[in-house]
Amino acid sequence: MASQRDIRRRIGAVKNIKQITRAMQFVAASKLKRAQDATLAARPYSEKIDEVIADLATVLSGEDHPLFAKRDGGTRLIVFITTDRGLTGPLNTNAIRFALREVVEHDASGGGLTLVTVGRKGRDAMRRAHVPVEAHFSGFGDRPTFGDVTALARLVTDDFLAGTYSRVDLVFTRFVSTLTQRPTLDRLLPMEPRPDTEGVPGNQFLFEPDPSTVLRQLLPRYVATRIYQAVLENTASEWSSKMVAMKNATENAEELIEDLTLSYNKVRQANITREMTEIASGANAR
Amino acid sequence: MSLLLEIVTPEKLAYRDQVDEVLVPGADGQLGILPHHTPLIATLGVGELRIRKGAAEEYFAIVGGFLQVRPDKVVVMAETADLASEIDLERAQQARRDAESALSSAYVEAADVAAARAALDRALVRIRVAERRHREGPRARG
Repeated sequence: MASQRDIRRRIGAVKNIKQITRAMQFVAASKLKRAQDATLAARPYSEKIDEVIADLATVLSGEDHPLFAKRDGGTRLIVFITTDRGLTGPLNTNAIRFALREVVEHDASGGGLTLVTVGRKGRDAMRRAHVPVEAHFSGFGDRPTFGDVTALARLVTDDFLAGTYSRVDLVFTRFVSTLTQRPTLDRLLPMEPRPDTEGVPGNQFLFEPDPSTVLRQLLPRYVATRIYQAVLENTASEWSSKMVAMKNATENAEELIEDLTLSYNKVRQANITREMTEIASGANAR
Repeated sequence: MSLLLEIVTPEKLAYRDQVDEVLVPGADGQLGILPHHTPLIATLGVGELRIRKGAAEEYFAIVGGFLQVRPDKVVVMAETADLASEIDLERAQQARRDAESALSSAYVEAADVAAARAALDRALVRIRVAERRHREGPRARG
């Protein structure tokens, strides 16, 4: 049985760990709040952009335009978003498994595939799985800004317009609730304009200078907005997953402290009993 | 009869209120919008956006984006939109100096030139809008 001093030392160590995980839990909770606020604040812009695209789609007769038309074959691009840091519970593991399944399925269907990663964890995992990564972005931090994603958006837009890719998908972890985050695949390009139901029908609008020019200028912003939203959702997922993971860790530490305290007391009791027996037998012997 | 104006940027809803008139920097010159305007979708340039509400006026420095006009509603989708009173003049001037020195240094790549130009444009419009507030501040508040 471990000595009294060993157990006391372990209790101290576990208490320290508990303090750290508890602090991380509270930090994650406040960052989660901030990430959720940022996600909500970004929503009006992306809704408006979608609305204008719906208007444009009615004028540019949807299916013919290269940005709206589905193309067969060709290379597919997946933008895979994960976190930079670990200690986020099962978040990245699930996202990576999801992305790898997508890659394997696509390989089986025989088309070309290119991968661009955002976040260190995803890149490292892909490297370990020997999946080539075309480009990598990281260091967006706790508060990703729109400026962070513009370089990535430009890369995606230019390559799509040049015909390098026939389809672009986003893989990220959607924030469903504090307890649920789900790996998700969203199609980014070609665009899927939603039905033009709101307000004035698209064909009643005047376009200045003309619809194609507006669409051309809208495209990089649309792509950047979609990526930005995905990055924000992923950040919210990161913090809520971390919060839950740290809460569990804190509770486990408490349980461990209880168990250790119990065995500490047992050892202490045993020692006292032994000493008592020794004193008593010593006194008897005299 | 008034007009609902919304200014949205990728990061937030910057403004939402009933106004009487909006002057926006269109891609080729100023566009004035009053209630009952024809439905319009236009691209925007870099410049000053002016809002008239009764006797009061407000100014935004906006950079790039789009405008969607409906008879009763105007939506401005801009890359950035800063209310005149919230512009940090000092920072804008620093940004201007940085951009100018980037442009004047001997070794610049084409991509950097474009980025520096864009940064310079942004800084200049922020400075212009912020300085106008300093000159006209009291009247606009009154």
